[in-house]
Amino acid sequence: MTAKHKISPSLAKLLVRMFAGLGAFSFLLWLLLRGQNIAILHSKGPIASQQRDLIIWSLIVILAIAVPTVLLLYFTAWRYRESHSSSTYHPEAKTGKIFNIIIWALPSLMMLVLAFTLVPSTHKLQPNKALAAQKPSINIQVVAMRWKWLFIYPEQGIATVNYVQLPKDTPVAFDLTADDAPMSSFWVPNLSGQLYAMTGHINRLNLIANVNGDYPGRSAEINGAGFAGMQFTARVSSTDDFESWVETTKQSSASLDKTAYQTLIKPSENNEVETYYPVDGTLYADAVMKYIGSHGNKAAHTMHDEGMN
Amino acid sequence: MREFWLGRLTSHSLPHDWVMVGGTATFIAMFLFAAVILTRTKRWKWLWNDWLTSVDPKKIGIMYFLVAGFMLIRGGIDVILMWLQQVLAVDGSQGILSADHYQQIFTAHGNIMVFFVAMGFIFGLINYIVPLQIGARDLASPLLNTLGFWLYVGGVVMINMFFVFGGEYAATGWLAVAPLSGIDFSPGVGVDYWIWSLQISGIGTTLGAINFIMTILKMRAPGMTLGKMPLFTWASLFSMLMAVAVFPLLTATLFLQFFDRYFGAHFFTALGGGDPMMYTNLIWMWGHPEVYILMLPAFGIFSEVVSTFSRKPIASYTANVLGMAGVSVLALSVWLHHFFTMGASSDVNAFFGLVTLVISIPTAVLFFTWIATMHKGLIRFDTPMLWFLGFVTIFTIGGVSGLVLAFPPADFQLHNSLFLVAHFHSNVIGGVLFGIFSGISYWFPKIAGFRLNERIGRNAFWCWIIGFCMSFIPMYILGIMGATRRLDHYESSTGYQPFFIIMLLGGIVIAVGLTLQIVQILASIIQRGHLRDNTGDPWNGRTLEWATASPPPFYNFTVIPHVMTRDAFLDMKRLGQFDQQYEDILIPKNTAVGIYIAILAFLVGFGFVWHINSLVVISLIGIIIIFAKRAFSEDSEYTLRAEEVEKLEAKRIAKVPAHEKEVKSLADEEDMSVWDFVRYVITFAMDIIRNKKWKTW
Amino acid sequence: MVNHKAHQAAADDRVMFGFWVYLMTDLLVFSVLFAVYAVLHGNTVGGDAGRDLFSLPLALQETILLLTSSFTCGLGLLAARSYKKWQTLICFGITFLLGALFLSLEMKEFTEFIREGQTLQLNAFLSSFFVLVGTHGLHITSGLLWMAITMAYILKRGLNAPLVRKLALLSLFWHFLDIVWIFIFTIVYLGAYS
Repeated sequence: MTAKHKISPSLAKLLVRMFAGLGAFSFLLWLLLRGQNIAILHSKGPIASQQRDLIIWSLIVILAIAVPTVLLLYFTAWRYRESHSSSTYHPEAKTGKIFNIIIWALPSLMMLVLAFTLVPSTHKLQPNKALAAQKPSINIQVVAMRWKWLFIYPEQGIATVNYVQLPKDTPVAFDLTADDAPMSSFWVPNLSGQLYAMTGHINRLNLIANVNGDYPGRSAEINGAGFAGMQFTARVSSTDDFESWVETTKQSSASLDKTAYQTLIKPSENNEVETYYPVDGTLYADAVMKYIGSHGNKAAHTMHDEGMN
Repeated sequence: MREFWLGRLTSHSLPHDWVMVGGTATFIAMFLFAAVILTRTKRWKWLWNDWLTSVDPKKIGIMYFLVAGFMLIRGGIDVILMWLQQVLAVDGSQGILSADHYQQIFTAHGNIMVFFVAMGFIFGLINYIVPLQIGARDLASPLLNTLGFWLYVGGVVMINMFFVFGGEYAATGWLAVAPLSGIDFSPGVGVDYWIWSLQISGIGTTLGAINFIMTILKMRAPGMTLGKMPLFTWASLFSMLMAVAVFPLLTATLFLQFFDRYFGAHFFTALGGGDPMMYTNLIWMWGHPEVYILMLPAFGIFSEVVSTFSRKPIASYTANVLGMAGVSVLALSVWLHHFFTMGASSDVNAFFGLVTLVISIPTAVLFFTWIATMHKGLIRFDTPMLWFLGFVTIFTIGGVSGLVLAFPPADFQLHNSLFLVAHFHSNVIGGVLFGIFSGISYWFPKIAGFRLNERIGRNAFWCWIIGFCMSFIPMYILGIMGATRRLDHYESSTGYQPFFIIMLLGGIVIAVGLTLQIVQILASIIQRGHLRDNTGDPWNGRTLEWATASPPPFYNFTVIPHVMTRDAFLDMKRLGQFDQQYEDILIPKNTAVGIYIAILAFLVGFGFVWHINSLVVISLIGIIIIFAKRAFSEDSEYTLRAEEVEKLEAKRIAKVPAHEKEVKSLADEEDMSVWDFVRYVITFAMDIIRNKKWKTW
Repeated sequence: MVNHKAHQAAADDRVMFGFWVYLMTDLLVFSVLFAVYAVLHGNTVGGDAGRDLFSLPLALQETILLLTSSFTCGLGLLAARSYKKWQTLICFGITFLLGALFLSLEMKEFTEFIREGQTLQLNAFLSSFFVLVGTHGLHITSGLLWMAITMAYILKRGLNAPLVRKLALLSLFWHFLDIVWIFIFTIVYLGAYS
């Protein structure tokens, strides 16, 4: 850098101030973040981990083009500033053909790189894709209600509200639907990204949890007055602990039949955890069919074939 | 009988809690205050004849600025309330708002900022600048323009009407997604206010957009081919074309939702065969392009600013135009990325993810043309250019986070989180709002005849930048921590609270920035003598808006210029080509038709909100009668004779002081500082009190 | 001097262009309604489907009425362009009658459905049917209103250039509605039987 190009004292002062401010601010944020559950980064299962890695990888690639571009812009602005010198001023300077090709080709190339990750990762992490693992998978039916989550374990015959327990290293298939509730979004960020729970639809979300612990889950989509309180705990435990929890639940719970379901479905906010046993096996199918039946017959059949089996 | 005249309005609909009473009282107080001033100064007639019924796009532009400015403050107060709630409502504490009320506030905040602030400012700028840039005296249809403006005002009044009647606004999020917005889950009048506020202003937008397309394509000065059009005009053209392409979708969607709610139809209901997912698709097919309708004019503003302040023509003009064209076309085909999480197949998600990646290519091209424009330029850093640099920084942050969101699996984690909220605020604040600020500080001398105070402008700029970082960096982090948007309360164990506190502090810094901008305008008015620009061309401009006086006469140009090149005015200055042959000018007459129809349209909406069918029918008949009378009126223009033009010009020139002074480019010591302003205000107030000046009022 | 003739020609050109743009926005509104009908027409919730309800002869009658009215509307515009006042009035008078007849048939169809309990509250199919066809009917109504007012002005003021310009826009609007109806006839009525 020649003497001519030297950064002026006022700009230097500004830069120092800016970096000092940003540094202090970052330090403060870092202090506040220590010991907190940074859910999306602290993934506790393969799905969430892959999603996290994808976020980080794409961020790096995008920053690789964005940061140099912006720095180039700043540098150009500074290099050709008025107070510098007018000797470099060429108002007639034209951009050539090559420049025009480069400005289209360069971002296109970067997008191509990103596209080669986007497509396979989208297919790979499609939520309804079954996951391979050594242990057999379990199925949990989830009904979003105003404003609570009902979890039905069809194989175990139990049901819970605002609490779900999962065995470790076991593929879990959540079948999400909603009953008498607006669209809601099922999200346990430590374990997997979210998926909508909608009336008359079954959205399947597969995940595996690898680390024991309690993870917060909630509705991520606004669905009315009780939205903020529509949360649950997802507890990941060893398979043995899971089995014994199922047994305990069976001994200490009220039954969930059609009448109890009608009471449960009434709007309520900030619900406590509840457990049920035995559970009427037709409840879930009824909750879905109630809305599918309201379409034509044709629609009902296709939905039934795709969703229920 | 009661039902016939009053529908569902009862005494319970009147305000009864402190927020509503306060809101109503504020509005009434503001109106009374204005009314008293107007009466005392005998300005009613002036207001009506010179402003409210004006068809001059310049005056309509200024009225857009005023309304949008008020709404910016209104939407800003909402932000402070929301963030205060999020600071306080931890664990058992309810905070200052109920869940329902909090949800209404964020819904209103979104609607106000998008429809009434961003759209208002953008339409104001297009109104004021585009006719000047293309060397036109007027718009293709002055009537449509005033009608469009007043429908926009109708929407503004409608969205604030709930303070007075009903006491509730939609609590559904800014797009009122079904079935939450259906009559089953939202039985009150809130969503109806939402529907009619958007419907009325949306129709105004469509009409305005048709008008500007006609104007830009058919009314350019002789010689101005499409290839010589200024970039802000190009940007406005693309923006308006997109508006015409998508606002009808909004109109239709709102119409269907209205049928669901009013007549019990089953378009978007869960039961009865309706399809709520169709609503999500339709509303985003409009909603996504809508943000680009706002963004494109901002791109155009930055192209003008960069070129003017680098003192170089825009580099790769064609690439810039093609870039904007690419953005507009692609923006129509990315809507599904707003709901990757709805459970579509991976093929569908991947397709929309790819298109979202592709849309960043033309955007990057725009950035490169700006860099090339600055290259070998001679760059001045006045406030418009500062806003440009601020835009580059913050918009890039938003763009980077947006590209991460384009990956469907990444979106599964980040969707509906505060990361998403931070992302789009980076784009709308850094892009749209900074574009508007840049444009206003750039064209302010044209509009007012004097430039803005540079010093305070810089202070405001830094407040915005610092406040933005303080508010939105924590917001990104909260999203990564798994905090969803729209939380009215949460547990302290989540660790969110400190971040919300920093956000609120950042919000206060932004509020200081906004206040400084108001101070900046006031200080500039106080110092207007010092800041006056008599040349009409303070920045050594390149395009035609600088070729006429500041502020321009109501006929814009005494002589319509002939355009030879892209930098039409720059070449005129170089070659010294200025015709002075005065000619007769046809001037459209002012008309109150726009106001009347907008009032009636408002009443139609109000009637539907409260099921007052008589009001609906009467208002509709009124609209038809006014239309029938106006459409067949053959008396909408008058001729301004050449001699009169000459007289007016002579009068204007006589007013210009002899000592024409070139406006200095960078902030000079003579611009008053904030403290000078405070001192001035205090002295002024003391003077009034000491000398009992109010007695003479 | 302002060249009034050139000024007027340029203004006409703009208005015509603007009206085309408006028609495109209206077309988009109809496209949404068509798309919604396409999505929802099977969702009858066990109720009657289109083929159980619609009468093809009635729809065909409506089609013929509207097509004929489009033809007479074109004739009317030709007459107006050569400033034949009464010929114009007669042609547009016939157009008005045909349009009104069309509208009355549509009203008849709607009232019959409603009397049979086939209302738009019943299911999504009927909602989308009533709103699609009804929106077209509403456009026809406003077209008729516009036509009546224009004819009244012709009677009052005689046939002058501004009124001919209004008629040109009106006939464009009328042909547009005709085209939309052809789509309704094909997709809604014929589609129900396919």
